[in-house]
Amino acid sequence: MSTLTLRAKRRRSTLRTLAFLSPWLIGFSVFFAYPLLSTVYFSFMRYDGFKPPVWVGTKNWAYVFEHYPLFWPALRNTLWLVVVMVALRVAFGLGVGLLITRIKTATGVFRTLFYLPYLAPPVAATMAFAFLLNPGTGPVNSILERAGLPAPGWFNDPTWSKPALTLLALWGIGDLMVIFMAALLDVPREQYEAAELDGTSPWQRFRYVTLPNISPIVMFAVVTGVIQTMQYYTQPLIAGKVASGVIQGAGTQFEPGYPDKSTLTLPQLVYNLGFQRFDYGSACVVALVLFALSMAFTALLMRRRGGLIQAGDR
Amino acid sequence: MTQVLDKPLDLKKAPPTPARRTAHRRALLEWIAVHSLGIAAALFFTLPFVFVLLTSLMSDSQALSRDLVPHTWEWGNYAKVFDTPGFLTWWRNTLLYAGLGTVLTVVSSIPVAYALAKFRFRGRKFALMLVISMMMLPPQVVVIPMYLFWARQLDLSGTLWPLIIPMAFGDAFSVFLLRQFLTTIPDEYVDAARVDGCGELRTLLRVVLPMARPGVAAVALFQFFYAWNDYFGPQIYASENPGAWTLSYGLESFKGAHHTDWNLTMAATVLVMAPVILVFFFAQKAFVEGVTLTGVKG
Repeated sequence: MSTLTLRAKRRRSTLRTLAFLSPWLIGFSVFFAYPLLSTVYFSFMRYDGFKPPVWVGTKNWAYVFEHYPLFWPALRNTLWLVVVMVALRVAFGLGVGLLITRIKTATGVFRTLFYLPYLAPPVAATMAFAFLLNPGTGPVNSILERAGLPAPGWFNDPTWSKPALTLLALWGIGDLMVIFMAALLDVPREQYEAAELDGTSPWQRFRYVTLPNISPIVMFAVVTGVIQTMQYYTQPLIAGKVASGVIQGAGTQFEPGYPDKSTLTLPQLVYNLGFQRFDYGSACVVALVLFALSMAFTALLMRRRGGLIQAGDR
Repeated sequence: MTQVLDKPLDLKKAPPTPARRTAHRRALLEWIAVHSLGIAAALFFTLPFVFVLLTSLMSDSQALSRDLVPHTWEWGNYAKVFDTPGFLTWWRNTLLYAGLGTVLTVVSSIPVAYALAKFRFRGRKFALMLVISMMMLPPQVVVIPMYLFWARQLDLSGTLWPLIIPMAFGDAFSVFLLRQFLTTIPDEYVDAARVDGCGELRTLLRVVLPMARPGVAAVALFQFFYAWNDYFGPQIYASENPGAWTLSYGLESFKGAHHTDWNLTMAATVLVMAPVILVFFFAQKAFVEGVTLTGVKG
């Protein structure tokens, strides 16, 4: 084959690849690369959307880190959610996964019932929990009181609002349950049989056979859990709004984080700064902090051997 | 251990030697323990639905009491929700956002996923890493420039178009999920079609897509649910115009307007949850397959 036709062939194949990728190439440039660069640019500008932007150097950065009263509470809440909510979700998801692999009667019914809450739209699920857990007439507190147990203030009490959100997150465990279920069924049976012949206890079999086999999935669940926590927006916002009883409407200002900043998360700050205070510059600073945190954990996910992109890249 | 549980009843037929009897009793106890836990878990997962449903059928005054079961069953609550000004508009808008958005996403993501899965080209791995990064990016990171772009340059705020139009340019999550699915289809099929003189587009449409139907179904479902559940998008672009609100966005304002009527709010909540759950029952298999594909398979 002559070099000319080879080169022509290669050019055609490049054009073909570009043609197939074109929707995404446009999407990537217009909805990712350009706005990301623009966010960096605005983070050094004073801009309210009306007067033209003015260069202010690192003033917005200093404001967010030193004077913006909501930044550190939001970061502390995120840390709390990562440590408590993500850990409990992974443990509970694994527990429910183990349970469902043991249930031998009406397995399909149990699996569907366990999975359904994951599908409940976040706004609807949060409203449902705001009702279930409302301190005045909610069914949960009436049951607790009838049983003679203390009835916490849940979404209306700063110390109980995050545990209440954790309860909501544990209710929607379906995604993790399915992932763990698949992983548990993949553990080779011979390993269990060999361990059983050695006279090991069920706990030892879990510790030395099950866990090592599923540890990559546990890692995956932890890292994606952390990334999801960075994006945690709708549930804490709705919980705070409903609990505070603020009536939404044009021009209404809602101070996010009710009660006492305890449900603030970073994405809420972007909304608060950008769309309630019209301080686009500072909103972009928070957006970049959010970007850095998300990308750090995504890199962790991609570096892991046999990670997210394993299929087809052997 | 599980194999003992497979058929606990078979052990009954075994001769009643003392050793067998202990084994039988232990298997039975384990069966009881596992299924008691299962029932407890099932209660935890279903009772919230049950209480929401019961409250949605209570009278106004009873919804304010601590009773758990309605005295009179007020089916009219649901009619009242439908009569709320705007409720039907929210339905229509949600169907437009979720329906049109899903079609656009699927059509634009398939060729991209196919190229990433089956073409050999320099920078393929890098492109895939960019797709994953986009997938993991919270929408709030780029919302300020995007809002200025849609609202100031194109004057489209107060509509859902800023949320629908981008879906015509390949959604990162859908591309990734489809690509994962397409890599499970053996290259031999694609190569055979190419040898037979099929162009790439025809190979994709005639050979690959029919085999990828479950993957496409999973992507369509996820995208539909994403749009149905989206709160942040409508909040940014549609909040100023109630005529463009979606169900997820409107539901919260419904609570605001009826802040003491838990019964009506819960009826509206049921009406937002029900379609998603109905769709799930019809497409359970594709959905669960999709969840597994996101991280584990391959």
